[in-house]
Amino acid sequence: MLQVAGLSAYYGRAHILDDVALDVGGGEVVVLLGRNGAGKSTTMKAIMGLVPPSAGNVRFAGAEIGGREPFEIARLGLGYVPEERRIFTGLSVMENLEVGRRPATAGLRPWTPERLFALFPSLGAMRDRPGGRMSGGEQQMLTIARTLMGNPRLILLDEPSEGLAPVVIERMAEAIRALKAEGLSILLSEQNLHFAQLVSDRATIIEKGRIRWSGSIAELLAADEVREQYLSV
Amino acid sequence: MENLVLQALSGLASASSLFLVASGLTVIFGVSRVVNFAHGSFYMLGAYLAYTLVTQLPRGHLGFWGGVVGAALLVGLIGLAVEVLLLRRIYRAPELFQLLATFGVVLIVQELTQMVWGAQDLLGPRAPGLRGSTEILGLRFPLYELFLIGVGPVVLGLLLLLFHRTRWGTLVRAATQDREMVGALGVNQRMLFTSIFFLGSLLAGLGGALQLPRESVNLHMDLSIITEAFVVVVVGGLGSLTGAALAALLIGEMHAFGILIAPKITLVLVFLVMALVLVVRPHGLLGKPEAAARGGQGSAEPMIGPAPGPLRWLALTALGLAVVVPPFLGDYALSVLTELATAVLFAASLHLIMGPGGMASFGHAAYFGLGAYGAALAAQWLGAPMLVGLALAPLAAGVFGLVFGYFCVRLSGVYAAMLTLAFAQIAWSVAFQWVEVTGGDNGILGVWPDAWAAPKLVFYYLALALCLGATLLLRRVVHAPFGYALRAQRDSALRAEAIGINAFRIRWLGFALAAAAAGIAGGLFAYGKGSVFPTFMGIPRSVDALLMVLLGGVQTLSGPIIGALAFTGLQEQLVRLTDLWRLILGAVIVALVLFFPQGLAGAARARWEARHGDA
Repeated sequence: MLQVAGLSAYYGRAHILDDVALDVGGGEVVVLLGRNGAGKSTTMKAIMGLVPPSAGNVRFAGAEIGGREPFEIARLGLGYVPEERRIFTGLSVMENLEVGRRPATAGLRPWTPERLFALFPSLGAMRDRPGGRMSGGEQQMLTIARTLMGNPRLILLDEPSEGLAPVVIERMAEAIRALKAEGLSILLSEQNLHFAQLVSDRATIIEKGRIRWSGSIAELLAADEVREQYLSV
Repeated sequence: MENLVLQALSGLASASSLFLVASGLTVIFGVSRVVNFAHGSFYMLGAYLAYTLVTQLPRGHLGFWGGVVGAALLVGLIGLAVEVLLLRRIYRAPELFQLLATFGVVLIVQELTQMVWGAQDLLGPRAPGLRGSTEILGLRFPLYELFLIGVGPVVLGLLLLLFHRTRWGTLVRAATQDREMVGALGVNQRMLFTSIFFLGSLLAGLGGALQLPRESVNLHMDLSIITEAFVVVVVGGLGSLTGAALAALLIGEMHAFGILIAPKITLVLVFLVMALVLVVRPHGLLGKPEAAARGGQGSAEPMIGPAPGPLRWLALTALGLAVVVPPFLGDYALSVLTELATAVLFAASLHLIMGPGGMASFGHAAYFGLGAYGAALAAQWLGAPMLVGLALAPLAAGVFGLVFGYFCVRLSGVYAAMLTLAFAQIAWSVAFQWVEVTGGDNGILGVWPDAWAAPKLVFYYLALALCLGATLLLRRVVHAPFGYALRAQRDSALRAEAIGINAFRIRWLGFALAAAAAGIAGGLFAYGKGSVFPTFMGIPRSVDALLMVLLGGVQTLSGPIIGALAFTGLQEQLVRLTDLWRLILGAVIVALVLFFPQGLAGAARARWEARHGDA
């Protein structure tokens, strides 16, 4: 579904991503693990075309998307859920969903607000509330719901557990598993290994902009020295 | 009593017209963050096109209203073309550069309009069916004014429906907050921006076209409306439609009653209101704090180092020429050179605010003019000799810099810039309307240098020495600890505060220092010309200063110097050589913005670094 190879990116002169490679298969959940500042968010932004990659290839659903504009990439069925949520605070819940709305994608059940409210029940109770007057957890659900309105085949989910209460994290994990059951592919970025292992099939570890390790979640849980080296704080 | 009601009604009619223009401006700004100076030009084009269409089409309702709507649509298309051809390419450029580009468009439109329609005022026909007047409380009131009063609320209602009840409107409101995110959700921002420019320009065109039965169509419509529209937009809160409507109401009624209550200060009233509103509500009546605009921000400001070797040699050579050559020049060339020297200092002083200070000023001419008036008033009323006058110039400008700056540097971005403009306009209106002291429009004449400095050559050397000295001093300031603090608060006010820098005080002092330096330039300019006029503080001169700094490049120290020389030289030559100077100057500005987005000095440095590696 998504193949990234040799991806490099710079902020000014600082080399942020160096030869990043990863892939996500159809219906698979892959987690990109790493500490703060390791390059997780930049990897996602580079895939989405929000940070111009200086080198490398990004293939999505058989098409090369490197160098395309974000809106074109989104229209191919790649959804992006940013870490900072970036809810439109002046718009209501329904209006936020409206901004994300795109035509249905062949082979996937189209998303409607009603279906999304079934997935995130708390959103259904606040359809007309402005995005700026919602809690962090509610905003996180709204930002995922907004992206789903575009009927993507794959979503880039940047640190969805960040700053959420443990109860909310549990619910988030359930939602992600439900999305996987729908046939959606997900590239997740996380620092929270506990959350990652609840939902992911495979893991890729990034550190200082380079991929250091890749394998299944079971392998990662068995490899104490890898977790020690790249993930412990 | 009846009179007051009629006065209020005519205030409503002006408010309505003002709202049409301001709504387009605020909508465009809300989404694209472009401060569109050319909006006034679109308004003027609307009036001219309506004139042509209405007079060419058959008389009657269809001809008139068809002409008005047709003109609005045509202006919408022109705005669309400007967006596609020019602005689309520079959305990532700094705000002020976009302003510069739209100012280039203003000049081009002025010249083209004059070429097509001529310089004389045009009087359009009256609106069919609305020619007469009606009786209100026993007094006659024009029907057309009554019609205009209705247009404003109708347009406001339609726009609110459009923005809150359609998908397009929802997308636009989302893009106003976070355009990058809207793009990541699959929305083609380019289409959105282009369509919003079409709508905004159409509203300006409609506003202009509807003026046809009210007033004559002339070439000054663009700049007179754009200042008012800016005031309305800023007072209402940038991007807020309802705010713009409220502000238009306030300003419209202010005009209507200002003439009755305080005829002596009509010009200043509007700007006093704007200054008051901004001091009390820094984001306008209904505006929200500017979110750190997401997406499309440039990289960090480059560092400022000492001049590299070759640049020093170049500067020394130029200085050598400036000292050695003048004795062989005639009087005309000497006055041009004197003017150039003051232009360099004027630009360098604005640069201190804009470059290292990171603030924008649309009203820097105020301090230039205050310096000039300080010197001239001392000469006129106290009989002060030239040196005293020249000493008073920076003092007067500096003191006002402290007072005005105290309010301006608390705000940020466009609001700060508009407050500087408001203060400049207040200073200008005082000079213009306080005839007993300042001579009003006639200015103060006979401000000549003392006998010893009367020869043009001596005065030139004096001006050169003072301007050069002050410019070098400003340069030194940037490299002093004060300059570090100034740059630190520009890059991050919060972090600067955290290490003990009083960001407000640093900005304030920087502003006052720049004002004082501009005062020196103004004082010298006054003695060089032998007279002072209110135009010394006018908006065009503030724009000149902006152009010089932006042309040269904001983030280089040599930028303002090169910009001042290039701009003044270019304008001087163009005015002499051709009647089409505005067209050419406008085209040059647009080309510079497109091809040298870092300014002339910035472009030179980029080439230098590319060839020699990073210094």
